[in-house]
Amino acid sequence: MAALSMAAGGSDVKNGVDPASKTITISIEQEPPNLDGSLTADTISGFVLGHVMEGLLRLDQNNQLAPGVAEKWEIGETEATFWLRKDARWNDGKPVTAHDFVFAWRRTVDPASASEYANIMSPIRNADEINTGKMPVSSLGVEAIGDRILKVHFVKPVPYFAQLTAFNVFFPIREDFFKSTNGRYASGAETLAYNGPFKITKWVHGAHLTMQKNEQYWGRDRIKINTIDIPYFTTDPSARINLFRDGKIALTPVAQENLEEAQMLGWNIKSFRDGGVFYVEFNHREGRIGGNKNFRKAIQYALSSSVEVNKVIKVPGYLPGKSLFPVWLDGVDDKLRKEYPAPEYTPDTAKAREYLELAKKDLGLKTIPPIMLLSGDTPLSNRIAEYYQDTLKRQLGLDVRIDSQIFKQRLAKMLAGEFDIVMTGWGPDYADPLTFGDLFMTGNVNNRGHYSNPAYDRQLKIAQNSNNPAERMAAFGAIQKIVFDEAVILPEYERALLYAVDPEMKGVVRRVFGADPDYSYVTIAED
Amino acid sequence: MWNYALKRLIQGLITVWFIATATFLAMHAVPGDPLSGAKAMTPEIQQNLEKKYGLDKPIGQQYLIYMKNLAQGDLGISFTQKNREVNDIIREHFPVSATLGIMAVVFAALGGSLFGALTALYRNKWPDNVIMLAVILGISVPSFVFAAFSQLAIVKLNGLLGVSLLPVAGWGTISHMLLPSLVLGLGTMAYLTRLMRSSMLEILSSDYIRTANAKGLPATRIFARHEMPNAILPVVTVLGPAIAAITTGGFVVELVFAIPGLGRYFVQAVQQLDYTVIMGTTVFFGAFLVLMVIVVDLLYGFIDPRVRVS
Repeated sequence: MAALSMAAGGSDVKNGVDPASKTITISIEQEPPNLDGSLTADTISGFVLGHVMEGLLRLDQNNQLAPGVAEKWEIGETEATFWLRKDARWNDGKPVTAHDFVFAWRRTVDPASASEYANIMSPIRNADEINTGKMPVSSLGVEAIGDRILKVHFVKPVPYFAQLTAFNVFFPIREDFFKSTNGRYASGAETLAYNGPFKITKWVHGAHLTMQKNEQYWGRDRIKINTIDIPYFTTDPSARINLFRDGKIALTPVAQENLEEAQMLGWNIKSFRDGGVFYVEFNHREGRIGGNKNFRKAIQYALSSSVEVNKVIKVPGYLPGKSLFPVWLDGVDDKLRKEYPAPEYTPDTAKAREYLELAKKDLGLKTIPPIMLLSGDTPLSNRIAEYYQDTLKRQLGLDVRIDSQIFKQRLAKMLAGEFDIVMTGWGPDYADPLTFGDLFMTGNVNNRGHYSNPAYDRQLKIAQNSNNPAERMAAFGAIQKIVFDEAVILPEYERALLYAVDPEMKGVVRRVFGADPDYSYVTIAED
Repeated sequence: MWNYALKRLIQGLITVWFIATATFLAMHAVPGDPLSGAKAMTPEIQQNLEKKYGLDKPIGQQYLIYMKNLAQGDLGISFTQKNREVNDIIREHFPVSATLGIMAVVFAALGGSLFGALTALYRNKWPDNVIMLAVILGISVPSFVFAAFSQLAIVKLNGLLGVSLLPVAGWGTISHMLLPSLVLGLGTMAYLTRLMRSSMLEILSSDYIRTANAKGLPATRIFARHEMPNAILPVVTVLGPAIAAITTGGFVVELVFAIPGLGRYFVQAVQQLDYTVIMGTTVFFGAFLVLMVIVVDLLYGFIDPRVRVS
């Protein structure tokens, strides 16, 4: 046994944080599915890319926009200009130029690349036409003026454009390097060119990924660690907890069922809200009971998001849902939710029953038929679904049938409209209320309940086409009120994630957007 | 003998074709869209993607294209790991599963035949009772419970000793393999122990053993020459399918110990409706199982001349 443990090289128990080599060791859930920034759409790839690449702008340790490859920028109503820094370099020492951005962005909208995020570029001139094959890729409204100026032309104002440029779809890709990989770009450590704080030096598929400091990175002086080592790929929560307990990794997510044990072990537990909003969505389709406003109001007054969060979910950091718009979104001068507070109401069984009677009258029904509640298959969704089932039975005498489905099947059923009520949610694509606000627009592909209301659409149009912050935020305020008055959806909660950190590692940044967790600002405490 | 082998191989090919066809049809019949994510795509983007993956063609045509590529050994590109060929996924991850599986089977076979023989020889005495109790545990407790418990035990042990006796998870050195293969092999070992026990009991009461005893042969010789080789036959029979089952069924153990085996891809592909990986891994594992059964049948004839088919 002793000989074997020597073979494993394990003599000290702790190496999740190694001050000597300035290395941190972590685990990820799975192999990054796709490190081609123009095409990728998942968070694990986004995590790795955020460490090894950099866009025109980046998010700093306070989640504020900061200069990235661009040292200066101007964003107007019809166009934006970015001035690139002289010392931005790829890991082989060649400069990062405006052409690298033009090449990458054209690839994203090229129908042949079939990028899932192509529509995030639609404010750029001709992007939609190119993506539907009506115009050549060269007609995209982005041009390089020399090597160091990038000009972008818009078809409509994009107040949040600066933020988008920090997102992986807008990262640069160098044409000559891309071509040298013969269609295998980003398939391994050697077939990616890096311009970010780190570079991948080892990538054994499905097993081991190592990132090391990129000495060519212009901001290398602020990077205080040399290596981020990822030798564990697993989705198993208890495996990660055990690895952390054994000192092998520097950070682990903590699930609710492990919380008590983790607190007992004296772990440094933190909570982080990931920016997503979860809600109950009604099926507004013709012939579905969710199309009746009185029915929806009845459910609204019967359920309580604070009971759900405090009695059912019981994870510190969760916020009871009050609005379609989460608390962190910025308004004109303050947070949007400060400037336009969410409508206050208290759950009220008597009121709920009144609404239900009205609904029965509207629909000409003596009793409401069983309600199909579509939910996910995680232990948490099951608990919440049972809370709904129980509450609606007790307060309104409604029969709720829970239809618990795995992810893809739930999506298919949502798309096909095979539900009365569905438990779902939305994670933002960018830091503007619009990413939530356009969800229930008539015809939005993510509007799975097929809600349609001209008043809602009118407000949305204002928000989409204006560049005036006051006007836009007023429109979002109006949308927030419509969502409550019409009970379009019922907000459930804003999610929080718990995690434990090795106390020797300081400065991990959690982000709603981009690489999360971000280890590029980490310092290792000196013993 | 060669004719027999050839005949079995052809039968095997037909079986694999059948597996491929049935999987293809079942997979397309499952509700859900392989390209869908949490965020819906615009119809245009969806169309571009369907075109890229050939999903815009009628299903009959998709089947023919798939079978043609399969015959050429091309399993396509994964839907979720967008830059990896399924061939590469199998090539890189199957050896890991196989190593783990073979270690588990070796462990299971050695332990199973030894403990099985012991329980039969000491029938109804304490070694029999103790081992059979362990066997019942081994059969009824699922491997993820063993996996989680043994991992936690190692964490506590490492903490207690202050050194890393065994790694908690990961892959690379032989010390990484010990615990997972033990856990993975436990169920099979328990099953083989039972099989060996009943087989041994039957042998013990047979005429030729009585003859051997009457001749005055030493007990060790009877055990080694007459009892073991005869009793072990049923164990060998199930060994082939057991190798295949263990190698393909290591999903949970691979997950808990963060082992980069193929079992994870096999299961995750089904959850994510990754068509090409579902097809690739199912056909591959199916072919592997069929091959193992054939090998064992041939081996069987080798060990016991009586069953050799002319």
